[in-house]
Amino acid sequence: MCGSVIAVIDYDMGNLGSIVNMFQRIGIAAAATRDPAVIASAERLVLPGVGAFDEGMENLDKLGLANVLAERVLRARVPILGICLGMQLMTLKSDEGRKPGLAWINADTVHYRAGVAATERLRLPHIGWNFIDSSRPHPLLDGLHVNARFYFVHSYKVVCREAGDVLAETQYGAQAFTSAYAHGNIAGVQFHPEKSHRFGAQLLKNFSRWSGDQEGAAHG
Amino acid sequence: MGDVRPGNLLRTPRPRVIPVLLLKENVLYKTVRFRNATYVGDPRIAVKIFNDKGADEIVLLDIAATCERRKPNFKLIGEIAGECFMPMAYGGGVREIDDVRTILKLGVEKVVINTAAVENPGFVTEAARINGSSSVVVSIDARRTLFGRYRVCTHAGTRRTSLDPVAFARRMAEAGAGEILINSIDRDGTLKGYDLSLTRSVADAVDVPVVACGGAGSVEDFRTVFRETPASAAAAGSFFVFQGPHRAVLITYPTEELEVLFGA
Repeated sequence: MCGSVIAVIDYDMGNLGSIVNMFQRIGIAAAATRDPAVIASAERLVLPGVGAFDEGMENLDKLGLANVLAERVLRARVPILGICLGMQLMTLKSDEGRKPGLAWINADTVHYRAGVAATERLRLPHIGWNFIDSSRPHPLLDGLHVNARFYFVHSYKVVCREAGDVLAETQYGAQAFTSAYAHGNIAGVQFHPEKSHRFGAQLLKNFSRWSGDQEGAAHG
Repeated sequence: MGDVRPGNLLRTPRPRVIPVLLLKENVLYKTVRFRNATYVGDPRIAVKIFNDKGADEIVLLDIAATCERRKPNFKLIGEIAGECFMPMAYGGGVREIDDVRTILKLGVEKVVINTAAVENPGFVTEAARINGSSSVVVSIDARRTLFGRYRVCTHAGTRRTSLDPVAFARRMAEAGAGEILINSIDRDGTLKGYDLSLTRSVADAVDVPVVACGGAGSVEDFRTVFRETPASAAAAGSFFVFQGPHRAVLITYPTEELEVLFGA
């Protein structure tokens, strides 16, 4: 465990082996952990997650991880990447649950149908490969070209209260949703980079080099 | 700097094309009409090939677990999932909430429930409540009766129920299934193309994504099922593991052909 620069938070919400192995595949040291001491010394954090919002929040509390994570993310400003449910947990709240979120990003998680015309027939969950679109230069998107595709599987979506936090959007049905956000050292993606072949590998590689600067443009 | 340009939003992504791998005695087999299992090879090697080819997703089904009344082989699933850099769904012998949780934790995105969904629809609801609908796939094996009606079968197709697959699909979507995989037993392994009317009636009946399965023999069959039905994805077995009239084993994925047919 020692010397692991990326801690993948293990809070019983799925999906850890593939993330750790994807990092390994691209030559980056990462380990799944729920040890507060290891989390406190990690240089980067990944908050993964497959499952329901309340159970995710409950598990973070139960394992006593909420405090150490808040300390590292908000005070030490360690770069963190939330994946899927992890992205949603960092928002203020979710339509899916009753518990408050971590509230590290000024955004809400809503059901995908929110804001969608009642007349529109939309198959949900949104499952499958999709493109992302961004008008905001950011180190996390380095090397991702126009054909980069990512794998999505979700029924809820994040709505940022501050437009400037939106990093990428994706179209599903008649409207676009926020498929990635970034605010300072805090970033989240709705898709699964660990399951998105070379495109996901590129994004995780970018994350492993990202300093978590407030404005990434200087890195370009 | 990133080159993900504005204007990318209106592009429609290609529908998913999914290899289905059948596990028995911890190795891969392929059936015809759910019988006559032919040995295909080692699952880890197959997954490695699909990784290299950039497959959209894979579905791994242990076709013996339910009939042998045993648990999924978690160790093997974990080994395969850990090497799988594309989304993976696992089915076979999933009967308890703990099974679902364990499998998802191994790095599998979706758990496939078949027999247990018929026997206990509440299990689907509970699995979806705890893990989210997007993690729960209900697969429906349908067989045509002599009178041309479709009936749901369980236990790897060996037991016929009185359930109509369309009504059952609707019920499963209401119960919390995030995706329905509709598999035509009559077309399985025949390479004759999808059962379009079965696929269409199921996909019309629900508002969750529907994956068509059974009968694909060519890339053209994928195109047909997407053109003729509202299926969100097309799955196949033999197409990805056999080659030529004598069904020589050759595991592959038509990455370039799909790009030509559907665009990147």
